[in-house]
Amino acid sequence: MIITRRKLLKTSAAAGAAGLAAPYFFTRAAQAADAVEVGVLFSLTGGLSIVEKSLADATKMAIDEINAEGGVNGMMIKPIVEDGASDPKTYNEKASKLVIQDRVPTVFGSYTSASRKAVLPVFEKRRNLYFYPTYYEGFECSKNVVYTGAVPNQQLSNFIPWIIKNLGKKKFFIVGSNYIYPREMAKVSKILIEQNGGEWIADEYLELGHSEWGAMVKKIKDSGCDVVLSNVVGDSVVAFYREYKNQGLTHDKLPICATVTSEIEIAAMGAEFAVGSYTSFPYFQAIATDRNQAFVERYRKYVNDPKAVTHHALESSYFQVYLWKQALEKAGEATPEAIREGVKGQVFEAPNGTVTVEPENLHTFLTPRIAQWGADGQGSIIDEYAAPVKPLPYVAYGETADNLFCTAKGLDTSKL
Amino acid sequence: MADVIFIGLSLASILLLIGLGLTITYGAMGVINMAHGELVMVGAYTAVMAGIYLGVNLLVALPLAFIVAGGLGLLIERLVIRHLYGRMLDTLLATWGIAILLQQMIRLEFGLSFFDIHIEGLGPGLQNLAIPAFLNQAWMIGDFTVQPYRSFIILLTIALTVVTWFLLYRTSLGIQVRAIMRNPQMAAACGIDVKRVSAYTFAYGSGLAGVAGVMMAGFKTVAPDMGSSLVVDGFLVVVVGGVGSLLGTVAASGFLGQVNGLFATWTNDILARAIVFGLVILIIMWRPQGLFSFKGR
Repeated sequence: MIITRRKLLKTSAAAGAAGLAAPYFFTRAAQAADAVEVGVLFSLTGGLSIVEKSLADATKMAIDEINAEGGVNGMMIKPIVEDGASDPKTYNEKASKLVIQDRVPTVFGSYTSASRKAVLPVFEKRRNLYFYPTYYEGFECSKNVVYTGAVPNQQLSNFIPWIIKNLGKKKFFIVGSNYIYPREMAKVSKILIEQNGGEWIADEYLELGHSEWGAMVKKIKDSGCDVVLSNVVGDSVVAFYREYKNQGLTHDKLPICATVTSEIEIAAMGAEFAVGSYTSFPYFQAIATDRNQAFVERYRKYVNDPKAVTHHALESSYFQVYLWKQALEKAGEATPEAIREGVKGQVFEAPNGTVTVEPENLHTFLTPRIAQWGADGQGSIIDEYAAPVKPLPYVAYGETADNLFCTAKGLDTSKL
Repeated sequence: MADVIFIGLSLASILLLIGLGLTITYGAMGVINMAHGELVMVGAYTAVMAGIYLGVNLLVALPLAFIVAGGLGLLIERLVIRHLYGRMLDTLLATWGIAILLQQMIRLEFGLSFFDIHIEGLGPGLQNLAIPAFLNQAWMIGDFTVQPYRSFIILLTIALTVVTWFLLYRTSLGIQVRAIMRNPQMAAACGIDVKRVSAYTFAYGSGLAGVAGVMMAGFKTVAPDMGSSLVVDGFLVVVVGGVGSLLGTVAASGFLGQVNGLFATWTNDILARAIVFGLVILIIMWRPQGLFSFKGR
């Protein structure tokens, strides 16, 4: 055998490549038997990290609990944690990394709609699966996302009629941060207000993060409204409630009814500024069931902070991992398609009550609740649905429980 | 109309409160102090911590924040800025670095969070400052609502401006500062201890930032990155007013505050902000030195 120079180069290159590639394949195969990797993608740095870190903690807590119980189908869950850095572009890059390089079958992540929209193309193109825990504006139908937070019909459809009937308020001043979520929420609110015989006087927006509320609160005062519907997001909430009190407005005469103000914002502003105002969410820390109180205790122990608060998106971050686990148990194999088929119709006893994944639109049945904030920074629940409500992401466009726009086949655009 | 003017006045007073310290450090010393916002943040945290550990209210926190932020300013001057006088762009970079350091120091609780030690009142989370009741209860004079908190800020800003004016124009130290502003070499030649006076001036400007921080803490959330947006407003006022001119800073913040307040009530806050920035651009094009500026020699 004559070894030519060219042949030597060829064979050694091939051998080298095989040698390099081999350990990678071997380790992956070895891992696959007793572990399943998942992505955890929240902002651990930047402006949104205060909220999103708590979501990441709740996700990891659920994973640790499941692992302590023996994992899923004998496999340990191994979280690969990435930092979205409060920036949609970074979100997109990290999602690509998790899906393409780490080849995880599922990613849990996102708080803002902006970051969800940024990662959506990655999951749709790669046919992967994303679990999204936050209440959002609806108007989305993706078979690659499982939505476990509230949609407008689970936050507003109970809230607005309740305000008009029980509080006797008819003139709404709608105020929000200037981006898609508050604007869509306002759209749904207006429809509901008109249906229930109220009227909306103004619909105003401020930049996200805006902290000078002098002029806006004056407008509210001069508008002659008798209730304020707030879709204000982030630390603007704090400045808003503080200025409200500074200008001498009180929640017993002119209450703020909010869709975003949760335990976390109340703690940040100081409870005395929110006493008497209302919020609508499917979950509050104050839910008096043993299951929820045990959950709050476990979470506080997990993050090593006896004063930590739990809130709606945090609770969804927690229970969606269990929904995913049940889906994987049913599916048997850890591929995105199998898990998606498995998650349809899954039922879980979450801290807020029974949650079910709607098989058609992959959103979640949740129980709408309304709470009034007290001086201790906790809501007292004053209105609660008897049973979970079917999620309708297109309710603003005429979607009803019998006439779904978003089904397993995709969005029926002819109905819009 | 009275309450529209009041809103404008209140916006102006906040601008001035932040700009006042900056006009001294930037104007007098030619230091583009990007850490000014972080000194405001330090003042806010001082108020929060004083509330938690000393149980004192906002009024006591004011002098405390002045001392803490002023002391920190002195330290920054001694360690870093002293070596960079006359190199404006380098001060920008260096103070920006200091700003990031200060933010992370609060966020990581001076590094203790690595050892799982937590200090209440610090860390990456949001903090809040309780406001004493008498600053929180609005009362009415006829149709006009008196907002005690905003009124207090306006009065405090006036008081601080008068004190600053007095220090600059009626004391021998002030004469020295103004001499350094015009021409540091000549001032040194006349026997002024430029290094010492500059250090005091920087500390004073930093102390004012600390006071501003206490008042901002009553409005908004206290968080490690609260300062970065404030510093923009501060520079806006100083540049429009004319570098180093106290009168200019007062006039610019009054003007911009009223414009902002008027347009925010007539249209909305987003448009008002755009209009303010537009006006600033026009003013700088018309008078690149700012509204009130002295001629250098």
